[in-house]
Amino acid sequence: MQLDAPPAELPPAAVPARPARSAPTERRTRAPTSARQDPAVVRWGLTLAAVAVLGVLVVVPVVHVFWEALADGPAVYWNNLVRDPATRHALALTLTVVPIAVGLNLVFGVAVAWAVARFRFPGRSLLVTLIDLPFSVSPVVAGLVFVLLFGPRQGIFGPWLYAHGIKVLFATPGIILVTCFVTLPFVARELIPVLEADGPEEELAALTLGASGWQMFWRVTLPNIKWGVLYGVLLCTARAAGEFGAVHVVSGRITGKTDTLPLRVEKLLQEYRTPAAFAVASVLTSLALVTLGAKAWLERAEASSLLTPDPSAPRGERSKERKDEAA
Amino acid sequence: MSITIRDVSKRFGASVALDGVTLEVPAGGLVALLGPSGSGKTTLLRVIAGLEVPDEGSIHYGEENVTNLPARQRNLGFVFQHYALFRHLSVFENVAFALRVRAWPEERVRERVSELLHLIRMEDFGPRRPSELSGGQRQRVALARALAAQPKVLLLDEPFGALDAQVRQELRQWLRRLHHSVGVTTVLVTHDQEEAFEVADRVVLLNRGRVEQAGAPLEVFENPANSFVMDFLGRVNVFHGRVEAGRLFLGGLEVPCPDNLHGEPRAAAVYVRPHELDIDGEPNGLPSLPARVLHVNPAGPVARVHLAALEGNLTLQVEVTPERWQGLGLKVGDTAYVSPRRARVFLPDYAI
Repeated sequence: MQLDAPPAELPPAAVPARPARSAPTERRTRAPTSARQDPAVVRWGLTLAAVAVLGVLVVVPVVHVFWEALADGPAVYWNNLVRDPATRHALALTLTVVPIAVGLNLVFGVAVAWAVARFRFPGRSLLVTLIDLPFSVSPVVAGLVFVLLFGPRQGIFGPWLYAHGIKVLFATPGIILVTCFVTLPFVARELIPVLEADGPEEELAALTLGASGWQMFWRVTLPNIKWGVLYGVLLCTARAAGEFGAVHVVSGRITGKTDTLPLRVEKLLQEYRTPAAFAVASVLTSLALVTLGAKAWLERAEASSLLTPDPSAPRGERSKERKDEAA
Repeated sequence: MSITIRDVSKRFGASVALDGVTLEVPAGGLVALLGPSGSGKTTLLRVIAGLEVPDEGSIHYGEENVTNLPARQRNLGFVFQHYALFRHLSVFENVAFALRVRAWPEERVRERVSELLHLIRMEDFGPRRPSELSGGQRQRVALARALAAQPKVLLLDEPFGALDAQVRQELRQWLRRLHHSVGVTTVLVTHDQEEAFEVADRVVLLNRGRVEQAGAPLEVFENPANSFVMDFLGRVNVFHGRVEAGRLFLGGLEVPCPDNLHGEPRAAAVYVRPHELDIDGEPNGLPSLPARVLHVNPAGPVARVHLAALEGNLTLQVEVTPERWQGLGLKVGDTAYVSPRRARVFLPDYAI
């Protein structure tokens, strides 16, 4: 995970630098020619080991998913995806939950990252730690916490909500809540380093030029962090769509009601409907591949937007005399 | 529009950034806040701008008390040390920013921006990004951006700090001319004495959050109020001696000192600028200190001579004209006689 390496700090050269050590050049130089080159055995051994691990762990399973999904032909694949009402519902539920959860986390993430990066206030480091909590807590535990909070009989808020006809647990709101919880850190974590690196000077400049808080945000802050926002949203979306453990606990797994796509895959497998399970799995895998592609494109687009770096104006330069910012 | 600062104090935790500063910036004036780092000059500028709120005291623009008015309502232009141009906007849109947030009609925005780009001699740079500009060009764009909405007050934080010497020199003169033609009340922060003297018509010296002296450049240079000002403004030789009944005693040297007529002897620090010392090859009858020539730098408009006094542990810096130095025919290692033409005596502060 590149969570600690914000896109802003990726060297623009990182992308084209990769293929420089490709196989053809290796083949021509048999013997080690410099101190920077190891013997052929070592080079080939390490390369093969890396390729083997990557192949077994990543390439083969991904290809296998599509292979199994399409084993009975495209027509069956298509039927598996669209003819089963439960699967259709799972797709619809995922498409409902993910945008809402991502949207909520986007608003929360931008707000919290801005607050943490721009202000010093009591409880700030506690807040930063809390943002990271969902990363360290097992999703199953997160799900259980929500059961304890919203359970209709034993929960803290549950009985009251239940009495007023609001169903959270074993319903869509609960799924949205846990998905939000599990993906909480993505946007904020992505933006805090970007905002800290940029520093407050451009925002202060906007204020001195007469901009209101909103004008400053829309015209200066947001354009400067847009790559980080897109990146965070992307990762958040991928994670939200794939979340299994927490949703498993709070959804109640009611077929055709509270099954999301990952839960549907599990259920189909348990029903020995392997091709259908793989067909649904292929949708999730495709989403992952699209995410990867989008991530690569984002990094490239951002690198080219930074092609003319700005050496004489260090960003994030803060006045030594200022400890806080009075907005 | 004049600016009045009354008894302004500002603390950051335990450290005091401003300690009862009172200051008047006349309408249309160009005032430099000068001081070493940590003297509070930048904090003072930010308080004037409304980017900081003072703990005590008040800020007035003309008759209006603006102490609690946020920066965006003060109608000011602020130029940041590192320009803080909007990276994602073109030069044109950077300059237009203040007009856009004021919802000026497109036609007037174009008119005003091209007027300003003409003023900074960058008519053709409108579509460029800030990252495509040199440091001096960025600085000019930052100034044009600050001036766009015709502010009542222009505030500049170390405006030339990040530029190389030649560009800095050009921009200083350009800023002076600009100020002359625009006539906006301007406050400038700098740690560079030469810059303050060259650009400003009034200099305010700050140290540890207090105003040490304020006045015209010549006034503060010729009549420094205290040893800090004397020390901060250019090179200086410091002697420690005593004053007694209008006479000053420095080792074997005795000079008249009519400012201090107290009967009892007092310890005193004596400050003499290098150009206020004279050198002679022979004792010439005036009170003088014998000293050995350590090093000479004759290149440039003055010859800089470093000497070590024969008595006591004292090094002296003397500046004489190159012609005078050649006329003396002294070499490194020779003994010379140094006599003060003028000395300023500062008695130790009783506050310490």
